[in-house]
Parts: sequence; structure tokens; C-alpha cells
Amino acid sequence: MTALLSTEELCMYFGGVRAVDRVNLAVAEGELRCLIGPNGAGKSTFFRCLTGQYRPTAGRIRWRGRDITGADSFAIARLGIGIKTQVPSLFEGLTVVESVILAQRRRHGEADARRRAMAVLERLGIAGLAARVVAQLAHGQRQLVELAMVVAPAPDLILLDEPTAGMSVEETGRAATLIRELNRAHALVVVEHDMQFIKAIASTVTVFHQGRVLVEDSVARVLADPRVHDVYLGRSIAMPGTEGG
Amino acid sequence: MTGRRPTAEIAAAVVLAAAAIAVLPRVLELFALINATVYASMAVLALSLGLVWGFGGILCFGQAAFFGLGGYGYAVAALNVADTTWAVPIALAVPAAAAALLGYVMFYGRISDVYMGVITLTVTLILFNFTNSTAGDQWRIGAAPLGGFNGIPSTPPLNLPGDPGNPLPPERIFAVAVVCLAACYILGKLVLRSRFGRVVVAIRENERRAELLGYDVRRYKLGIFTLGGFMGGLAGLLFANCVFVSPTMFSLFYSGQIIIWVMVGGLGTLAGPIIGAVLLQALTTWAGTLPAVNPSLILGAVLVAAVLALPKGLLPTAAAALRRLRRRDAAP
Amino acid sequence: MDLAVAVALQVLTGIATLLIISLGLAVIFGMMRVINLAHGEFLMLGAYAAILSARAGLNIWLAMLVVAPLAVGAIGVAVERLVIRRLYGRMLDTMLATWGLSLGFIGAVTMIFGNTVAGFSAPLGSVAIGGYRSSGYGLFLIGAACVLIAGVWAVLRFTPAGLIARGTMQNPEMAAALGVSPSRVYAIAFAVGAALSGLAGALIAPFSGVVPTMGTVYIAKAFITVITGGAAMLAGTLSASGLLGTVATLGTFATTPVLGEVAMLAVAIVLLRLLPEGITGRFFRRSL
Repeated sequence: MTALLSTEELCMYFGGVRAVDRVNLAVAEGELRCLIGPNGAGKSTFFRCLTGQYRPTAGRIRWRGRDITGADSFAIARLGIGIKTQVPSLFEGLTVVESVILAQRRRHGEADARRRAMAVLERLGIAGLAARVVAQLAHGQRQLVELAMVVAPAPDLILLDEPTAGMSVEETGRAATLIRELNRAHALVVVEHDMQFIKAIASTVTVFHQGRVLVEDSVARVLADPRVHDVYLGRSIAMPGTEGG
Repeated sequence: MTGRRPTAEIAAAVVLAAAAIAVLPRVLELFALINATVYASMAVLALSLGLVWGFGGILCFGQAAFFGLGGYGYAVAALNVADTTWAVPIALAVPAAAAALLGYVMFYGRISDVYMGVITLTVTLILFNFTNSTAGDQWRIGAAPLGGFNGIPSTPPLNLPGDPGNPLPPERIFAVAVVCLAACYILGKLVLRSRFGRVVVAIRENERRAELLGYDVRRYKLGIFTLGGFMGGLAGLLFANCVFVSPTMFSLFYSGQIIIWVMVGGLGTLAGPIIGAVLLQALTTWAGTLPAVNPSLILGAVLVAAVLALPKGLLPTAAAALRRLRRRDAAP
Repeated sequence: MDLAVAVALQVLTGIATLLIISLGLAVIFGMMRVINLAHGEFLMLGAYAAILSARAGLNIWLAMLVVAPLAVGAIGVAVERLVIRRLYGRMLDTMLATWGLSLGFIGAVTMIFGNTVAGFSAPLGSVAIGGYRSSGYGLFLIGAACVLIAGVWAVLRFTPAGLIARGTMQNPEMAAALGVSPSRVYAIAFAVGAALSGLAGALIAPFSGVVPTMGTVYIAKAFITVITGGAAMLAGTLSASGLLGTVATLGTFATTPVLGEVAMLAVAIVLLRLLPEGITGRFFRRSL
């Protein structure tokens, strides 16, 4: 079966720095995948390659088998890939419902568009914020508004960059529930640091280290892997030659 | 852009325009009426940059280029055709095409804001230098001499369509200008209400997010920029009908003036630039009558003061004011 | 053969002129990432400074090479103190403010000196190359351009001040963390840029004529050169002047000076479509 999204030997170099180095990764339809790794491991750069913000130095990105390497951001978004960035990227001057209507990106009639947008807000439990201007919202609310915008066009795949950053324990718990619930309709790739959170959403985990894929396995096995511990504790480890999924 | 219907504003524009057309020609002397026509063309010009900069977030330092191209386009075409009605589409197509071409280079090349400002200004300056150098008989397009520094004083005014023998008198030209101003305002309102306009504003708010949601930012920017070029050209056409075209239309003074109108009037509104244009045009006209003071000096002082007086920066202050306004709208 | 030499000299003079009128703008852009829209008026003020001090009886060379840069450098210090300093980090506002200054300077100079053309003749005679005559002043400009660019390069490369400037250019935060005050560096950069512009204005005055609006004729070319060159101030100005100066001079030969300028703009626009960050955005990235 063809993967939903796959990369082949994907590389992104900045001058002499290999931020992403020969990464092979395949995400299946409906999958929930976690990417972990210490800061600077190349996860965010990898995301930016996937969304077309960076043009990879080498390698291929495929969407349902089709080569989309180097395509423009907007074209990739139209294929059905949504991204929630680590620091919410929002339309500060618009209201919440206006933002979601824009995110639907389709030519519905006015009333219809508004109804659909409200349904999305309803689903994320923030229908009460619909008429508020985005700039006035609190941090947690902003996170949810961005998520609503990402979910609105019903993408097949959603990339989530550190969705629990800055959240309390309680909020993290709710986020885990939300992510499992999102996973019923969309494939998800989640960059995360919080191991408890990853256990809670229980998925396949890919570990990045120095721009490469170190391990890819179930949560339990990854957490038991001594190499992963070394990486997180900052011990230097011998990188495998050509590791990958 | 909020859920509010713009019907009230549109109705107000229609009423004001009708009142101006009915009243002003009766109470103003000919010279003042021609001046009022100039003000209306300036207001259209301000509106064009108000759309491009205030809503599209595109800092265009060269809106005067489209103004001048519209004026020259009209003057040259009108001298070449018997029926000046046919000069109108040419006068509008030239600046719109120029804007589309320039916009294509800038937006598809993903040029930064600083470069964009400088390139638009440079194009204007070169048009200024070029038209200034077109004195002499070898510089003519068909029956129209370009006239170098002196411009084209002999431009025939508009006539009724199909009736080339009857050029419109100044009071009719005034009415045309006012109708154009109202039409541009209404067009602006409608565009901003449309899906296209909402996306344009969203891009101003957060270009990257718009792109990640699947919008081709370049196309929308090109669209609003071209519309701005078209409106700037219309302003030039009106100006050619009440004054006459000369290289001054492309000058640094004019380009700067448009920026100041929009800044003083308020970014992110349509009425603001119109008000700014009228007020500052009145100020510079008055300054021009003073023997000791140069209008450039006044304009420059206003610009520096406007930039310095807003400590958080012009654009954020304007955006914050806009948000406060919205908050009031949004409150139940 | 003589023709070829004469044309080559013309092209070199064109390149040198472009380099001279752009260098001050490039220094300010390279150091501060701000385009000084009052650059044309700095040229104009330099020309006035030269012509006024020459009329007051000063030696013409002293007036051009010493008084003009000092006077405009002083104006640059004042402008930096009163306006630019308040707008650090706000590039677009800085541009708008310098535009205001541009209009203000034109207005003020027109009020004081009137809108009439003054001028002085080129101080050097002409040189014969076979059957053609070339102006000695053109040769002088070529020399001046070489001296200026070598001078700026040497200062940046070999002096402690130049090291600080290069550091700030590369990474202002890091330079600040090392105890270098970026605002001081920017103040000096702006003053130096202004002084270079003043000198440029004096140098072009003999063939441009001196009017309050003379800047308008030259800034378009200077803007194009700096933007086409990109962020590296010396390599950018040098490569862009070389390319665009050639285009403009040959275009001028074939048609008129203004069409030469139009050709130059066309080349620049095509180049920017290919290299949105200018020549040095792609090539010579690590140079000064």
C-alpha cells in the first residue's frame, strides 16, 4: 500500500550544518505518529520541508506516491496537509469565526460557510469565542483557534509542532484526548517532548537525533531503548550508518 | 470586513456624491469648481493607495507612476482619436497593465518590503526623468507631442460617448470626477466584503498562515496591486481632464504626497485616505500661496512628524487602533 | 582602435560615476539595512557645500574633496541624532522619515537659494586619444572611484573600527553582547554614508549642474545599483555598478541618457526576478 506521506533520503543543509540528514519516513493513512528528539534534532526543519517553507537540499517528498518535493506551501496545503505551528500563527486582526471561514478555503455561501465554521468551533469547544478578535485571546485559546483553522478544511494529514508547549498538566491531559479524537478523522504527525503525553496518545514513535532518524518503534520499546536515554541525557552516541524507516 | 453590512456606508457615499453634484456647481466659481475636481481626483488616488497599502499591506512608494501613466495614457489617446470616449479604456488599461507587470516581478520574485518600496519609487523616478526628456518633435506618439518638461497642455476633455463635437464643460467634468470617486469607494467596499478582499486582509495580517492554509499569496497581492494601479490611473485620467498632464505627476513630491495622505488619514480605512487627501491638498495649496514657505518643506515636515509622533511605529499603531475599533464592533 | 579606447573610457567613467553616487547609500544600507531616501538630497547638499565654499574663495579642490563631505557628514550626524535614532529597528518607518527629510531639504534649499541652476566647470581640461577627445575630469572620476572603494575596503579590513563595523553587520546582537554599542556603530555608519554622499554630490556637480532637485536625477540610479548589488556593500556596489554602468553607458551611446537609464532599470528588474536578494544574495556572499 502506498503511504500517505513519505520522504526518501530527505536532506536539508544550511551551509555546513546538516539539519535534516537522509531521513526516510512513511506515514500511513489514518496513522498517529510521534516525532521526538532533543532540541536541535531537526524536527522543526523537517516539518518546514514537508510544508514547503524550505526547499530540501536533496531527497524526495511524496504524497500518496506523487512527488511533491519543492512544491509551494499553498499547493501542499491544498493537497490536504495542515500544520499547527509551535507558536500559534494567526490572523491577529480578524475574529475567530472569520479566521475559520477563511481556513475552509471553499466557496460556500455566506451562511453556509459560517455554519460550517461554527461546527468546527463547536467540536473544539470554543464556539463561545467565535466573535472575539484573535489578538485579545489568551495563550491556550489561541492554540485552539489555530487548531480550528487547521482542522477546518478537513485535511488528510495534520502536522502538530509541540502542541503541549506551555500547557499545564491538566491541559496536557485534555490535549491528549483531543488528539486521539482528531486521529479518528485525520492522520497526525506530532512533534513532542513530553513522554507522559506520548504514552497517553500511544503511537509509533520516531526518534530524531542530529538530523537523522535514530529509532522508530512502538512507544514502549522506544522508551526502553538505551540509545534514546543517552540522546536525551546528552551523551554522545555512535550514529548508525543508514538508519531509517 | 466584519459581519456588518456596508450598505449604510454605500448609501452615504451615494447621497454625498449626489449632493456634491447638485450643490457645488451652483455655489462655486469656475476656478474653485476646477479645484474641487482636482481634489476629487486626488481623493481617488489616495483611495487607490489606501487599498494597496492599508488593506493589502503592500508598501508602494510609486503610486504616482500609475497616476501619471493614466494621465499620459488619456492625453496621448485623446489627441489621437476623435471621440475621447475611446481614450478612457486605454488610459485605464495602461496603468493597470504596468501595475500587473511590476507586481508580477515583485510578488513572484518574493522581494522584501524594503526592496519593494524602493523599486516602486525607482520606476516612478525613471518615468519622471523619461517624460522630462521628451521635449522636441521627435517625441510624439501619433498626433500627440509628449512635450518634455511642459507636458501636454492641449489635451481635449472628455465628451459624451459618441458625440465628439461636444466636449464636457467643467461642471460636467466635476460631476464625472465625483461619480468616479463614489464608485471607487463603493468598489473598494465591495471588494473588501468579497472572498478575495477577505483573503487580501488575511494576508496582510499573516502572510505565512494564509499560505499554509492553501492560498497563493502572490496572486492575491498581484490582484489588489493591479486594482490599485487601475484606480491610480483613473485618478490620472480625471486630473488630465481638469489640469493637464506633465512630468510633475511622476515627481518625488507627488509620490510622497500620496503616502502622507494615506498615513495621516489612516491605514486600514477607505474614508481616511480620502479625508487625508482633501485636508493635506488644502494645506499644500494654501502653503503654495505663502511667499516665504515652500510646500515641499511643509510636506516633508508633516511626514517626519507623522512617523515620529507614533512611538510604536506607524503600522502597529494603526493596526491597534483598528483592533480597538473592531472590539467595539464585536461587543454584543 | 581609438574609438574602442574612447568607448571603453566612457564605459569606465559611467561605472565610476555610478559607484561614486551609490557608495554612501550602500554603506548605510549595508550597515543598517535601511534605504536612505534622502540620499539624493545628501548629494545635492554636497554640491551646494562645494559651490558655496568655492564662491567664497576656497580652492575648488578643497571645496569639493574636503568641505563637501565634512558638511554633509555633519548634517548626517544631526539627522541621525534627531530622527533616525528614534526609529531603530523600524526599517519602513525610517524610510518614510528619510523621505520626509528629502522633501524637507528640497523645500528648504529652494527657499534659501532659489530654484535656479548654478554650476562650475570641470576643473580639468580634455585629453586626446588619437582622434577622440576625452574629458580629463572623466579620468579623474575613474581614479576617485578606485580610491574611494579601496579606502572603504581598507578601513573595514584593517582598522579596529572596521572590525567592529564588520562584526555589527554580521550579527548586531552578538556585537552588542561583546560590548559594542550598535547604536554608536549605526550613528557612525550613517555619518560616514552621509559624508560619502556629500563628496559624491560635489564630484558630480561639474557636469550635473546644481539645483535643489538635482538629487532626483541620480537617486533612481543609486537605488537600482544598491538593490541590484544586495547586502554586501562593497562587492555589491562594485559588481552592480560594473554591470549596470556598462548597460547604461552603452544604452546612452545607442539612444539617449534617459533611455540608457530605462535600459538599466529593465536589466535590474530582470535580475531581481532571478536574484531577489541582489547579486550578493547569491554570489560573493561572504565578501564585504
